[in-house]
Amino acid sequence: MSDARDSRSDLAADRRALLRGAGGLLAVLLAPGVTLYALGGTEAAARAPGEAVSPKVRWGLLIDVNACPAECDACVAACRTENGWADTGHSATDPHWIRKVSVRDPASGAAREVPVMCQHCASAPCVDVCPTGASFRRADGIVLVDRHICIGCRYCIMACPYKARTLVHEPVHDQTADAPRGKGTVEGCTLCAPRIDAGRLPACVEACAAKGAAMLFGDLNDPNSAIAKAVAARAPARIRADLRLDPGVGYRGL
Amino acid sequence: MAKLAFQTLDDHSTPFWALIAFHVALVAAGLGAALYMEENGHIVTGMNNQVVWGLPHVFAVFLIVAASGALNVASVSSVFNRLAYKPYARLSGLLAIALLIGGLAVLVLDLGRPDRLLVAMTTYNFKSIFAWNIYLYSGFVVIVAAYLFSMMDRQAAKSAAFGKAMGWLAFGWRLALTTGTGSIFGFLIAREAYDAAILAPLFIAASFLYGLAFTVLVLLTMSRETRDELMPEEMLGKFRGLLAIFALAVLYFTAVQHVTKLYSAAHQGVELFLLRDGGVFPLVFWLGQIGIGTVLPLALLAFAPRGTKGRLAIELASALFLIGGLAQLYVIIIGGQAFPLALFPGMEVSSPALDGEVGRYVPALPELLLGASGVSMAMLIVALALRLMPFLPKAPAGEVSANAATAQGLGASDPMPSGRTL
Repeated sequence: MSDARDSRSDLAADRRALLRGAGGLLAVLLAPGVTLYALGGTEAAARAPGEAVSPKVRWGLLIDVNACPAECDACVAACRTENGWADTGHSATDPHWIRKVSVRDPASGAAREVPVMCQHCASAPCVDVCPTGASFRRADGIVLVDRHICIGCRYCIMACPYKARTLVHEPVHDQTADAPRGKGTVEGCTLCAPRIDAGRLPACVEACAAKGAAMLFGDLNDPNSAIAKAVAARAPARIRADLRLDPGVGYRGL
Repeated sequence: MAKLAFQTLDDHSTPFWALIAFHVALVAAGLGAALYMEENGHIVTGMNNQVVWGLPHVFAVFLIVAASGALNVASVSSVFNRLAYKPYARLSGLLAIALLIGGLAVLVLDLGRPDRLLVAMTTYNFKSIFAWNIYLYSGFVVIVAAYLFSMMDRQAAKSAAFGKAMGWLAFGWRLALTTGTGSIFGFLIAREAYDAAILAPLFIAASFLYGLAFTVLVLLTMSRETRDELMPEEMLGKFRGLLAIFALAVLYFTAVQHVTKLYSAAHQGVELFLLRDGGVFPLVFWLGQIGIGTVLPLALLAFAPRGTKGRLAIELASALFLIGGLAQLYVIIIGGQAFPLALFPGMEVSSPALDGEVGRYVPALPELLLGASGVSMAMLIVALALRLMPFLPKAPAGEVSANAATAQGLGASDPMPSGRTL
């Protein structure tokens, strides 16, 4: 009898230990997501391998130009490191996945620094003109280039109003695993799709959070997301809004 | 009307061999240039992320536009029943296919990944005008080949209805093809120099001019080679009139294109850039396209002596129209890209990616070699085809030209065989 009691209490102790372990594991697994949520600005949830991208999501960025200091290029530097592109000294042929454009109103003299990258348009001209479909829009709104079927015709560069795409003009070395690049194909901002799929923030947004916190990333379709609330409170400006391309990137203070 | 006679080229004169050797050398150089670009990337060209389409595109578009226009003579004969043009219909179809292949070869070899041609031919995005063009181009070759078959096959040629149907189909298709080529630029909403429906009819008018100019030049060259009067006085007059009309049509559409844009304040910047302030582009436009490429050849056509004495003037005018065509496409393609994209209209902008700056572009030698090799490739295809099959008309008896022969420095009584009648 006592043996039975002992074995039952052992079993209960095992169960408690198991639950404690599971709780710990859960905490470890959830912590990054919770931290991410606590930092504000993202609701990115990791996508299981093989799980399809949901069209219910529309990833977007809101950039507050007033909070973007002129001398800061943290977003550009982070993008370079994350995606493995660099200046080679040939400004005309160098890649520019993200760049800071100095904008000055000649009438008033007012000046701004505007980070510009692929605007991830809903009606993307680069997607429309691509002959092979290499330039495509993911269901969640991210516009990408399929490097396997890009023939390097450069029609998308001709079509993009944002100067967001560049051709890889030279052989490339030391590529990062998540951002394959190839000589003769076209590239541009991926919104750090591999990071988003892993439940992380785009590299530029993460780097910016530590500086001016001028960038807000999230799901524009989720009414409870910080970005959707911000956009709903006050409509953001869009670059070349006249073209009505429905960009996923909006601006404050343009 | 006498029964039409055609000939193949059996023997070539030394100047003709020299011409072929020149074209072979240029094609070899072009292929070498393409290999060099493929190996090192587009960094070895003058192209960059501002001017992404360079000289190869100028040549490629020029040849593709000229290809559809080269078919005119055949269309005039079978669609519009002008029998005088019938002897040239075969050559016209051949030239159309050859020029198109030359242009497409340049286009493909200038791709960032020319090795992925198979991908381009098997994976389509049907919303892309580029993808439609792939069908328009390959369809054109098939249809014109069938059209040639309807003219040249003994059995098929007996059916007037078949020839007529193919003539109409080819004519409709060539209009669609040039509309498609013009729309590559017309559909570009982002760039101020483009985004205009008038580019399609402008390209059609230009195709009539370039195509006919190529046809005239080939006919006159072959007149020398065969020492046959391939273009008798009557045809010289007709071609002369057509060249003038087509040149005026191009001038008209060019004027409408620019005046329409000049009228809108939003587009004045790009127009002033192309027409006045843009450095090399206004120079190429006014001197190249308008001066050397339109006014001068029109004056030549207007003031040249009538009849066969005007032959040299017509030949020279045709060559000038082609130079003008290259100038026109240089301004449209390179100039249109060099003008900076306006992300923030009305603002002064600068960035490490050269925002707000005029695109710098200096063509590199490999680009020039690749582009020019497209013309040579087309000419080699024509030369080979003329040797293999009876595309060339044979002048009716009694019209062998002393004039054409002496132009080559050979006596009319030179015993060299010039070809055989089929």
